[in-house]
Amino acid sequence: MLSAEGIRASYGRIPILHGVDLQVAEGEFVGILGHNGMGKTTLLKTLIGLVKTTDGTITFEGETITREPPHRRNRRGIGYVPQGREIFPNVSVRDNLRLGFAVQKVDEQEVLDEVLEEFPRLKPLLDRAGRVLSGGEQQILALARCLCGRPRLILLDEPTEGIQPSIVEEIVEILKTLQARRKLTVVLVEQNLDFIAELSQRVLIIQRGQFTSEVSPSQLSDPDLVAEFVGMGG
Amino acid sequence: MDTAALLIIEVLNGIASLALACAGLAIIFGMMRVINFAHGEFMMLGAYTTVVCTKTLGINIWVSMLIISPIVVGIIGVIVERTFIRFFYGRMIDTLIATWGLSLLLIGIVTAIFGNIIEGVSAPMGSFEVGVYNVAQYRMVLIGIVILLFIGVFLVLTRTKLGLIARGTMQNPAQASVLGISTQRVYMVTFAVGAGLTGLAGGLLAPISQVIPTAGAAYVAQTFITVITGGTGAVTGTLVASGVFGTVRQLLSYEFTPVLGGVGLLIVAVVMLRLLPQGITGKIFRRSL
Repeated sequence: MLSAEGIRASYGRIPILHGVDLQVAEGEFVGILGHNGMGKTTLLKTLIGLVKTTDGTITFEGETITREPPHRRNRRGIGYVPQGREIFPNVSVRDNLRLGFAVQKVDEQEVLDEVLEEFPRLKPLLDRAGRVLSGGEQQILALARCLCGRPRLILLDEPTEGIQPSIVEEIVEILKTLQARRKLTVVLVEQNLDFIAELSQRVLIIQRGQFTSEVSPSQLSDPDLVAEFVGMGG
Repeated sequence: MDTAALLIIEVLNGIASLALACAGLAIIFGMMRVINFAHGEFMMLGAYTTVVCTKTLGINIWVSMLIISPIVVGIIGVIVERTFIRFFYGRMIDTLIATWGLSLLLIGIVTAIFGNIIEGVSAPMGSFEVGVYNVAQYRMVLIGIVILLFIGVFLVLTRTKLGLIARGTMQNPAQASVLGISTQRVYMVTFAVGAGLTGLAGGLLAPISQVIPTAGAAYVAQTFITVITGGTGAVTGTLVASGVFGTVRQLLSYEFTPVLGGVGLLIVAVVMLRLLPQGITGKIFRRSL
């Protein structure tokens, strides 16, 4: 479904990605694990088009999208939930959701109803301004907003960062249900071992802007192995 | 009694003129954060468009003011945005310098074409009497137009999908783009609408002001002060600030001289910005637009 070959990218003059190859098949849930500063976020931003590639090609469903701006990639069916949520602060929760499909010609109420059924927690919050929500609520809103656009592939950047454990559990449940119901393909970037192990079908380890190895989720429960691969304990 | 009625009309008229002059800037600076130093020149172009349409081409003055002026200046806005403003988004100081250059260029071009002489159009409609005073009906109509204009802008921003897309894009362009919104196009359209509103203001104010190539200079200071004092809620803030400043200026002008009216406006602005550094909507009406 999505393939990246030899992706290189930099922030200003600092090179971050040094030739990343990634193949994601339809319906897969791929986890990417790595320390801060290893290029996880940059990789996702490159895939959605917020960071330009300096080399390599990205294809989505057989078509090259390497030079396309983010809004085109989104319209092809790629959703992106950024690190830090990026909720629109001064519009209501409802309007945050509406912005998720504002450019699509769909029945507005139908999309909202469907999403609220999957995210009942947002129902009482609809008229609040985006900025007053807690971190966990914002994370759920960001995910719901992304799904409003009905993407087929979701790029998910550290959804557990700074979120209380109860909501992390909730997000796990939501993602599991969604994947089964909507047949979503997901690329998840995380530092939270339990979270990534519980959801992913395979886990890629990223170190200094390159994938160094691939492990199965069950291996992540073995602290020695994790220490060896990632250099971080469980 | 008559004097009081006249004074109320004068104050309302002062508020309306100021709010009208600020409407386009509320969008281009208030929402888009582009310091458009050519704002006054956009107004001047709107005024000249109305002058040329009515005097040279013989077009009905209402059509000229309400339709042709905003369209002409809106198109100029698109050209300006595409040719250079779009390279400066997020770089406020650079937009100031670029549009300052633009303002000088526009003054030069208009002076070359029309010469440095005062043009003008006479106000449509007659006048009515308030006791012993004569009041131009056009001034009353102007107040009505400005009220409708602001209601219209507010409804477009809050009730339409287009308005929502524009607000989302201004609040977080990167996030808007990953939700499928073409931010380049949103910026272009928003700038064009801001320029069009400015052209409309220039056209509507042409009958009650002097139309000269340098007419814009008179508007830059007062409009920026009003929009900045209004704060982040560009539309509500501009209206409230226009209400305060328009009242102060008009009362002082009536009691003393227009010069003191301008001075009073500046003093109130300094005090208000000292008390409310985030602008009026930074403190109250925080969820407004």
